[in-house]
Parts: sequence; C-alpha cells; structure tokens
Amino acid sequence: MTGSNTSIRTKTRHPADFFTYVAIYVCAILSVALLLGIIVYVFVKGIRSVNWEFLTSVTSVLKGTTGIAGNIVNTLYIIIVTMLIATPIGVGAAVYLNEYAKPGKLVSMIEFATETLAGIPSIIFGLFGMMFFGQTLHLKYSILTGSFTLTLMVLPLITRNTQEALKTVPDSYRSGAIGLGAGKWHMIRTILLPSAMPGIITGVILAIGRIVGESAALLFTAGSSGLLPKSFADLFTKAKMPAGTLTIQLYLSATKGEFGVAFGIAVVLLMIVLGINLLTKALAKKFDVNRR
Amino acid sequence: MTGGKATKHIVETIAKVIFLICAAVAIVAVLSITVYMFAKGTPALAKVGVIDLLFGTVWQPTAATPSYGILYIILTSIAGTAVAILIGVPIGILTAVFITEVSNKKLAAIVQPAVELLAAIPSVIYGLLGLMVLNPLMYRLEKRVFAGSTTHQFTGGSNLLSAIIVLAIMILPTVINISVSSIRAVPGHLKSASLALGATHIQTIFKVMIPAARSGIMTGVVLGIGRALGEAMAINLVAGGSVNLPLPFNSVRFLTTQIVSEMSYAEGLHREVLFTVGLVLFIFIMIINLVLAQARRKEPLKNDRK
Repeated sequence: MTGSNTSIRTKTRHPADFFTYVAIYVCAILSVALLLGIIVYVFVKGIRSVNWEFLTSVTSVLKGTTGIAGNIVNTLYIIIVTMLIATPIGVGAAVYLNEYAKPGKLVSMIEFATETLAGIPSIIFGLFGMMFFGQTLHLKYSILTGSFTLTLMVLPLITRNTQEALKTVPDSYRSGAIGLGAGKWHMIRTILLPSAMPGIITGVILAIGRIVGESAALLFTAGSSGLLPKSFADLFTKAKMPAGTLTIQLYLSATKGEFGVAFGIAVVLLMIVLGINLLTKALAKKFDVNRR
Repeated sequence: MTGGKATKHIVETIAKVIFLICAAVAIVAVLSITVYMFAKGTPALAKVGVIDLLFGTVWQPTAATPSYGILYIILTSIAGTAVAILIGVPIGILTAVFITEVSNKKLAAIVQPAVELLAAIPSVIYGLLGLMVLNPLMYRLEKRVFAGSTTHQFTGGSNLLSAIIVLAIMILPTVINISVSSIRAVPGHLKSASLALGATHIQTIFKVMIPAARSGIMTGVVLGIGRALGEAMAINLVAGGSVNLPLPFNSVRFLTTQIVSEMSYAEGLHREVLFTVGLVLFIFIMIINLVLAQARRKEPLKNDRK
C-alpha cells in the first residue's frame, strides 16, 4: 500500500453501487421467498384435506364423501390421450424440419407457425377447441375435445425439444449410416430417434407438466364432471363424456368457497409439479453425462 | 433390406410425406384458429356496430335493452398488463443480474431452480393464493384509502391492484429466464474491457452488459406481455367481476376473464360479443407474435457478427 489517493490499490467508494447491490439482493430474495411462501402456505392450508378418502373417493352428497379420485382419473386420461396424439406429430414435425427440409419459405412458415402456437394463450385454445372440436365436430364437452385442444397447445413444446435433441446428434452418425447403405428412413428409425430419445422424453414430460397445470383451455372443452368410470368398458365410453381435471375442480371449488378441497387439490398439484421438475432435472443430467 | 430398390424408394417417399404432414399440422392449426376467431368474432361487430362495441362503455348484456360496450375491458387488459410489466420487469432483470453476475455458484443454484419452479406452478394456484392472501390485504388497504368515502364501491379486495400483483409475479420467470440467457451470451471481452478501464462491477453490468443483452431482454419483456395479456384463470379469481374503468381499487374485467366468467351462460348476441372479445385478444397476441418473429429474424445476424 502506498497510501496515495491516486494509487490503483486504494478503493474508491461507490455509494450508488452499494444501493444497487441491495436492490439486486432484495429482488433475488423476493423470488425465492415467493416460491417458498407459496409452497409452505399451500401445504399448511391443504395438507389436512389430503387423506386416503380424499384421494380415492368421489364427492357425493349421498355418501357424504369428499374426494377427487374422479378428477385424478380424468387428468391421467387426458394426459394419456393427448400425448398419444401429440408425441408422434411433434416428433415427426421435428424430424422433417431437421432432416428433410431445405431452408426456404416452407420451413420458415412451419417455424413461424410453431412459434405462434407456442405464443397463443390457453384461453384462445379453449375458445377454438370449443368451437371446432366441440361444435363443428360434435364432440361436445368431452375428454376427446379437451385432448385435441391440448394437442395443439403442447405440440410446439415437443417439436422444439426434439429439434434440439436432433441437433446434438453428430453428423458423423448420419454420414456413417448412409455410407453403410442405410436408407434415410432406416437411419432415422435406428440411429437418430434412439440418440435423440432423452430430448424427446424431456419434451414429453414438459408437455405433461403443462397439461397438469392447464385450466383455461379445458374449462370449455373437457367440462367439469368428476365422476369415476363404473366399469372397465365404461373407461372407453368415457372418452366422449365431460371430465373435469384437478385444476378445473380447484377452480370450481375456489369459486364456490370450498377452500378445504381447493387447497387439498393444490397440494396434490404442487407435488406432481415438483415431481415433474425433479424428473426433468435428473433426465437433463443423465443426458449430459451420456454425451460426454 | 429386402424387396429391392423399388420398395425402398416407396418406403422412403412415404416416410418423407408423413413427416411433412406432421410438420404441416402446426400451419393448419394456426390457420384454422385464425379463420375461426375471425369467423366467430366479426358477426357481432356488424350487428352491434364497430364503434358501439369497441368504444362503448356500458356492458349490460342481460338488460332489457342490452348494451355491449367493451372499451373498459380492453383498457383494463392494456393497463393491467402495462403496470404488471412495469413492476415485474425491473425485479426480473435484477434477479437475472443476481443469478449471472452477483451471486456465487451455490446461491445461483438455489435461485435459478426456484424461478423455474415458479413458472411450473399452475395458474389456478396463483389465483387461489391471490384470493386467500392478497385480497384480504388489499381490502384492508382499500378501507384505509377510502375511509369515509361515500362514492367508492368497496370490492372486498377483488380489484385491479390484486390482479396486477398476481400478473407481475406470473411474468417473473419468463423475464428472468430469458434475461439470464441473454446476459450469459454477452461476449466476455466486453466485460473484461470495461473492468480493465476501471469501471466497477455494477457499472459494467448496467452500462455495458445489459445494453449488450438488450435485444434478448426485450424478447423476454415481449413474451412477458404476451403471458400477462393471455392469463385468464388466476386473475379471474382475484380481479372481481364487474366491468369498470381500470382504476387500482375498482373491480374489473380483463379480456380473458370476461370470456371465462360469462361464456358458460351467454346466449345469442351476448355469446357472439364474447367471441369478439376473444378476437380482440387474439389480435393483440398476433401483433406480439409478429414482433417476436421480427426480433428472432434479427438475432442470428447479430450472432454472426460476434
């Protein structure tokens, strides 16, 4: 230390910097506190509603039970039907964009359409689904209407994740396969898709997360019934019946002032969302390790 | 490979066509949504009259002589989104600065996943919490602000202010995530050069790095606007239920909440007007999408220059 004021070793004080640091810390703490606050509040308010009866029975005035089993089944049903339709289409679109298409008008149109779909709010999907699938195709309020609507909504998610995964497959794999005499379809089926599988699965899980949390797109498409299928055969006719998911039931309970049920469902939803988040994290990590 | 060249060729062609069809689904979907929104949304414009509908201020769809003015609803959506952005964006950018520049790795590894989780929480849960936590607080504030007022209609806390706070929280993850990645993408030599010239870390962040990351951050802001405009269920639970001027302590209806709360029972012209409300929202969203597409087209150019 020279002690001189002009030395680069003496620190000039910047009081403005200090306040900026404080602001930055406050904002970061706020974000974390919000998350913790939400989780703690929901669990404290809702954990008492969650018990075996709540999870395995249907709300019935006759039997005097309060339960969300029907809503859980509906949510699973809608997830399965939606993903069965959306996954092949989304993956196929990504394969076309990455492996077949040459840069041009068509590709930029497809990409613009995919981005636009990702940007349309769920209430618009809900309106469109109600008008097109519900009324024009006469599917009314049903699991099918809801699933078709959600298919359009999650399509960009799957396409984009598959595209990202396909981009990380080294070109040497492609030229190697083609050089050995494989056809393009053969190469896609046996080399590209297996290599891109972790990315595809990540996309599927993210889409499931989106469906679990979705409400506005389902209110006018899938309806709000919370009944359980009576038999195995009933499970198939149920596809054409109205079905309220967990989120819809939460919304309806909240508007009716049944806050015990609402917070109970919120606890279940938060657990699912946390689980999905951990799962994608684990997958991403595994994916990284494999690539190294 | 059995079956020789001809079958192989056919299989290849079929595969290509199927993939093309999959890719075309997105285009078909966007086109049909656009066509449907316009086809269902425009008849009411003709029946009620463009001026009466879009610039009318009285919403009485079930009155003897119904009146369908949605100006207040449009204004509420614009004002609510704007204020939510004004609150949410600075907080979001500062949090992004914390994650990328200020905190050590350990803290960033707590804050960033927390932000990602905030994005994953279903909107109905935000609505439920807003209803249970925010509304009572707002009601207390309202009682203090309007103590002794005889003209104010008390809302019990279900007002524009509650909705704005919920929206500001809900856009945080979008703004933070995109700001984080664009601040990380700022070339390291810009930062080193600024620090070497004697600027402090804070000066470097706010005078060099954020301006360099501006276009990315703006994309995040525009995405946030889209998210706030389109949010329906959460704010439907907290914003109250009557069509009013967007003043902080008024019970208000947004474009989205108008549809959610009245579609289930609306009939005839009332229903058609709700489709027009949907169309107005759709047009706002399409403008935002076009802005985003424009921004994306510019970005690759900038990356080339690096």
